[in-house]
Amino acid sequence: MTTLSSPSVPAPVFEVASDTAVRTARERLDAHTVETVAWHFHETTGCPFWLDYAKSLKFDPLTEVRSFDDLKKFPPFEDEWLRGGPVRRWVPKGMADQPAFVFETGGTTGIPKSRYNSRDFRTDYEMFSETLPEEYFPKGANWLMLGPSGPRRLRLSIEHLAQHRGGICFCVDLDPRWVIKLIQKGWMEHLEAYKQHCIDQAITILEAGHDIRCMFTTPKLLESLALALEKKGTTIGKVGITGIFSGGTEFTPQWTRFAVDELLDGAFMTPTYGNTLMGLAASRPVVPADGYTIAYYAPQPRAVIEVVDFDNPDEVVPYGGTGRVRLTTLTKETFIPGFLERDEGERELPYVKYPWDGISGVRPFRALAATTTVGVY
Amino acid sequence: MHLPAWRFGKPYESLERETLVHFMTGEPIAEVSQVGGAIVGRDLQKAAQARAALLAIDAEEIVERLQTAGNLYAHGTLTIGDAQQTPDDFVKQQSATTGLPESLSRANMQKNLFVLSNMDRMLDALSRGLDPAIFWKGYGVEHRGVTVSYQAQSPVLGLVLPSNSPGVHTLWLPVIALGVGLVMKPGSQEPWTPYRMAAAMVEAGIPAEAIGLYPGATDVGAGILAACGRSMIFGSAKTVEQYRGNPRVQVHGPGFSKIILGDDCVDDWEDHLDMMAESVAINSGRGCINASAIYASRHTKAIAEALAARLGPIDVKPPQDPEAKLAAFTIPGAAKAIWGQIEGHLKAPGVTHATEPYGPRFVEGERCGWLRPTVAHCATPEPEIAKAEYMFPFVSVVECPQAKMLEAIGPTLVCSAITDDDAFQRHLIDATHIDRLNLGPIPTTKLDWLQPHEGNIIDFLYRSRALQVSEAVGAHH
Repeated sequence: MTTLSSPSVPAPVFEVASDTAVRTARERLDAHTVETVAWHFHETTGCPFWLDYAKSLKFDPLTEVRSFDDLKKFPPFEDEWLRGGPVRRWVPKGMADQPAFVFETGGTTGIPKSRYNSRDFRTDYEMFSETLPEEYFPKGANWLMLGPSGPRRLRLSIEHLAQHRGGICFCVDLDPRWVIKLIQKGWMEHLEAYKQHCIDQAITILEAGHDIRCMFTTPKLLESLALALEKKGTTIGKVGITGIFSGGTEFTPQWTRFAVDELLDGAFMTPTYGNTLMGLAASRPVVPADGYTIAYYAPQPRAVIEVVDFDNPDEVVPYGGTGRVRLTTLTKETFIPGFLERDEGERELPYVKYPWDGISGVRPFRALAATTTVGVY
Repeated sequence: MHLPAWRFGKPYESLERETLVHFMTGEPIAEVSQVGGAIVGRDLQKAAQARAALLAIDAEEIVERLQTAGNLYAHGTLTIGDAQQTPDDFVKQQSATTGLPESLSRANMQKNLFVLSNMDRMLDALSRGLDPAIFWKGYGVEHRGVTVSYQAQSPVLGLVLPSNSPGVHTLWLPVIALGVGLVMKPGSQEPWTPYRMAAAMVEAGIPAEAIGLYPGATDVGAGILAACGRSMIFGSAKTVEQYRGNPRVQVHGPGFSKIILGDDCVDDWEDHLDMMAESVAINSGRGCINASAIYASRHTKAIAEALAARLGPIDVKPPQDPEAKLAAFTIPGAAKAIWGQIEGHLKAPGVTHATEPYGPRFVEGERCGWLRPTVAHCATPEPEIAKAEYMFPFVSVVECPQAKMLEAIGPTLVCSAITDDDAFQRHLIDATHIDRLNLGPIPTTKLDWLQPHEGNIIDFLYRSRALQVSEAVGAHH
């Protein structure tokens, strides 16, 4: 493991996890890894995809994976494997009698990537629920889900989170694939109109006496909602919202500062980083003293985020260093070793509440983001 | 040096900053605060205050203050962000981040000064002699004794400005004098003119609450277009197409400006060579008013060769050189990509490259590139290159019978037509796809500031409508 002290990194303003806590968490991760691999590669419990894939491996996952680091023995996970059917090849035999969901990512054009799910989304959000401060996300409060719905898992997840906390979730429908098409077509007026359509519905619900105090939304919709409320002479705080959870790579320090200073009117906001493959990474408290740094910590041991060297994905960068996001999912439903995400960021020190590596400054991976457009004008 | 955003008079330092570097050396020149579209959206909810701040001052006083601002802009030392900036600093900084030769930067400064200094005359010409107080009050009595009303369509004008043409700034200079505030997204490489102009205006007594500067990414532009009742955007043919028919947006894209030689004058083409060369190459060919095609029914080969002999030898010079005439393409790979496209077009049937004997056109720098003046000859108006426009001195000389010219030229921002033929002149005057028409050998780039450019700014910002005042109401005034 990399040592926690690095002379080039300035003293952190948050409480860094102790060496003992980090070691204990790592031992737990190692044990969880062995258990998860054993499940996915055992004839009686594993899924058809991995059992078949194991035949091409030069090692035996059942005996030769003894720690998290041993997962490096697997060739990189290719997300293309997730496109197309039959989706049943991902269902572990050990889960065959459980209700199955399928959730999709992408899909604006072509075949979307799909992930089989049974209970994972509920477990992920129940774990995330533990990180929400009661003061701002009171138990029993009703929620508004103002974000992507359809084949994504987000809507069901938020609804489950609300229910898990004893509340009821109101939902506004939003189709992100259509939004992307509008942008690609340059139909900016339609884009505005669609956004307005969503915001109008949200305001109607918020003003209908449902005692909604918590909300999930995306940064863009939060902006629009706050501005629309301000136009009506009210604010997010005044309509009764006390806690917001939000996510997306638009979550920059500057955006957060602007939202806290000018949009939220006292409501608490916690950023999250996640996707259908991983689950949900919570953030360290975002404070001005830390330059509004947004640092995320994966829900270990069920999922692991590593910040790895751009050229050598098996090597983690030093603390404070920049690298690509490598994701590992280790649940009974899904095993995804070493998937290279389309994001990059800086490696963060373990935090006392999450005694393992985090990531900050998450943004689209430069090599994929740099679609060189030569603008003549 | 750091340039903060300017939120209607309040400087705002963002946690996100872009570093602007010298186009040749890579040396950092300035840091620019980057804001998001929602900040603009939020501030624009109070846009009415920008206009109110202007209307609190007498209309004529505003014009006088703008004239003072012109002087300060051209000659003063102004506080820009956290630094002091002399006119010389401005020229060097603008040249460093845009690749424009310093001499062209100075020339553009003079143009802006001229417009501000003559604001009273310009307003008089653009409004056809209306009393400026009518824009302030919303109505008034014209000198003919008739009540006229002009209603502002937006308290502010949004501007999404380009990086590559400092010449365009003259378009928005009259806006403040019309009692309308300014909300600008400066070009990412060229924040210099909007920042210096805003500083000069505020120094001269224009209310700071009337001006907003929001540097940032594309969502700032989208935020401006969504929230301003009236906006101007500068962009490509695609941008123009995107906003066509949107009354809230005026798009300034490629001009496809042209010179036409009528059959009655074409034999004297040599007399007009200076005018043609100036139209193509002045201001490094970057303007929408630079000619991109010359049409004639005969002598086209000779015209192309003569223009090539005039423009072809022009070479890249250091930006400080007073003789430097070519601006650099500062986006890595841009010049090479454009030249690749042109080379493809030059191979089409009926096209010849007249500047070929004068050496390679593409000049590669360490961090940028240049394109030297290029003249193509087209035997017919059919080849793609006859309809092309590029951001450097480039022209196609196109052979086309006079009777087919007007159909062949397509949309044309400025057309200089050299002809004394009454019937042809009549057709030119009636051609609705020509915006600005010059009759006679006037360079396409020579603007008469007292005439509107690509749509009268007053018609864009104001609606002339009916307003009747009963005698009883009138008696109170």
